[in-house]
Amino acid sequence: MQTSDRARTDTGQAKIDAEPAGSPPAGLLAGLRRAATGLFAYPVTGPLVALVLILVVFSVTTSTFLNAGNLSLIFQQSVVVGTLALGQTLIILVSGIDLANGAIMVLGMVVAGSIAANGDPMLGMLVGLAVCIVAASINGLIITRFRLPPFIATLGLFTILTAAARLYTQSRSYPINSDFMTILGEGPSFGLVTITYGSMLWIALTLILAYALNQTAWGVRVYAIGNSPAAARLNGVNVNGVIFSVYALAGVFYAFAGWQALGRTPIADPSGYQIANLDSITAVVIGGTSLFGGRGGVAGTFIGALIVVVLKNGLTQAGIDSLYQQIATGFLVILAVGADQYLGRGQRA
Amino acid sequence: MSTQTTTPLAMQATGLTKRYGHVVALDGADFELARGEILAVVGDNGAGKSSLIKVLTGATIPDAGTVFVDGAEVHFKNPLSARLAGIETVYQELAVATQLNIAQNLFLGRELRKPGLRGQIFRQLDKSRMRQQAADHMKNLGIRIQSINQKVETLSGGQRQAVAVARAAAWGKRVVILDEPTAALGVRETNQVLNLITRVRDQGLSVVLISHSMPDVFQIADRIHIHRLGRRAVVVSPKTTSMSDVVAVMTGALPADAVQSSLIATDAPPKPAGH
Repeated sequence: MQTSDRARTDTGQAKIDAEPAGSPPAGLLAGLRRAATGLFAYPVTGPLVALVLILVVFSVTTSTFLNAGNLSLIFQQSVVVGTLALGQTLIILVSGIDLANGAIMVLGMVVAGSIAANGDPMLGMLVGLAVCIVAASINGLIITRFRLPPFIATLGLFTILTAAARLYTQSRSYPINSDFMTILGEGPSFGLVTITYGSMLWIALTLILAYALNQTAWGVRVYAIGNSPAAARLNGVNVNGVIFSVYALAGVFYAFAGWQALGRTPIADPSGYQIANLDSITAVVIGGTSLFGGRGGVAGTFIGALIVVVLKNGLTQAGIDSLYQQIATGFLVILAVGADQYLGRGQRA
Repeated sequence: MSTQTTTPLAMQATGLTKRYGHVVALDGADFELARGEILAVVGDNGAGKSSLIKVLTGATIPDAGTVFVDGAEVHFKNPLSARLAGIETVYQELAVATQLNIAQNLFLGRELRKPGLRGQIFRQLDKSRMRQQAADHMKNLGIRIQSINQKVETLSGGQRQAVAVARAAAWGKRVVILDEPTAALGVRETNQVLNLITRVRDQGLSVVLISHSMPDVFQIADRIHIHRLGRRAVVVSPKTTSMSDVVAVMTGALPADAVQSSLIATDAPPKPAGH
């Protein structure tokens, strides 16, 4: 680009603009903030540093955490929340939120499980996929057509679908006998380390979504809508169309997450994964995607999901009660959202 | 430019009427925009400027009246149809996505894909081509930026508005309509945007500038359309009419026929737009 000849332009203006935004305490705080903003300009830096820190702490404080078997287990434990969080990332990027994703996944699982119990696992998988896409599309429809806030729309659907799954199964659960339905829990083993097909699928889905977000017009528009729906609309972007496509596509990821879940535990249980929605939101937020939309991405979410699981796993290894684990996760969410607020302020004009 | 055309007018409208209940927003308003000119549209609050612009950009369908583009009658159903006719609008609020870079903003909604399979099957964006074209375009318009890859959030208000204007100029084949483009800007930034608008005009586009700022209008407008009580009062030239007379006509203190009209008669032979 022929930019060198204009490289010195307008730095004076930038200063003029920066002055009113600067806060009174200035000094050290401002310096720290500038340094942090610079570091976090590369969005995966923060989550990666946090993950490494947590890994180091648990490796030092417990004797059972740092070994190949446990690390392999952590990865396997991450795939369900990690795959759900891919769909959640898309939705949060357009300033939405999905509280129903766990319920959608569970409904898809029990429908698939019931059909498989009648002897047709392949049909069960396809119907389960369809259930997830339709349910997620209903979210998209309510939000784009009837203009309900995503929080309310998906909270309503969460309640409805959770009850629907129990009614459908009469609160029974379906054991899964099909090898195909549980194949994502299998994979080549190297001593204590098992690399499951589910782990590979999770990585592949992350890469595909990263490509779609970074290399296609659709991805640019997803970011543009999350950043400023008005600007996107004025520039001719079909805002509602893209938002609907985001919710519908998230349904595909929820279906994959359900398949992952059957690989982890071969039971389609209507009362399982009740706080998977919160875990997925936590993974997305810790991964550096802004709840305000328009900033972040799936690479951060991948790390975010690992952080959520590492924290649970490590605290368990350290012998800490699971209630304290929830408290720790809650603190982490508040910290991550707070950092987003603080660092993002002044950048949103 | 006007030699191969039958009309000197890039855009024209006659008898535009729009009522909202008992409120008459447009009361038989006329409009004309010459090729390659900057036409300022001024008027008091409530004079119907916005309604006029909404009709010209397809955002509102008038109850009566006709719009012509390059002498041909058009019926805009929505902003997209106006856009397809080569009319781009820069809205008052800064219509840029701050988290996207300059090139992404210029191409938002009109992204280019790579040729061949990578574009058709994998829908891959041609980022380098978009960056190159965006950089060339910004250079042609004399907009100086450090890098085309800068996020718009790193730009000043004036630079952001420059990106919005550049975008409209890139895609507007005939007309660029600017709604209060300098309202949120300081003096120096206002001058930068005004200079940019004249460069857009000098590239051959016709510009409609809606503004409350008389100094801005007198600095760059070739003609001034004064809107009053839902219709065009008169079109004047800033060369022959003083700022105080324009304000007087705007407010009704001076009758419209007391100032010299600069209307282009539609049946007159084509002539270059007044500079």
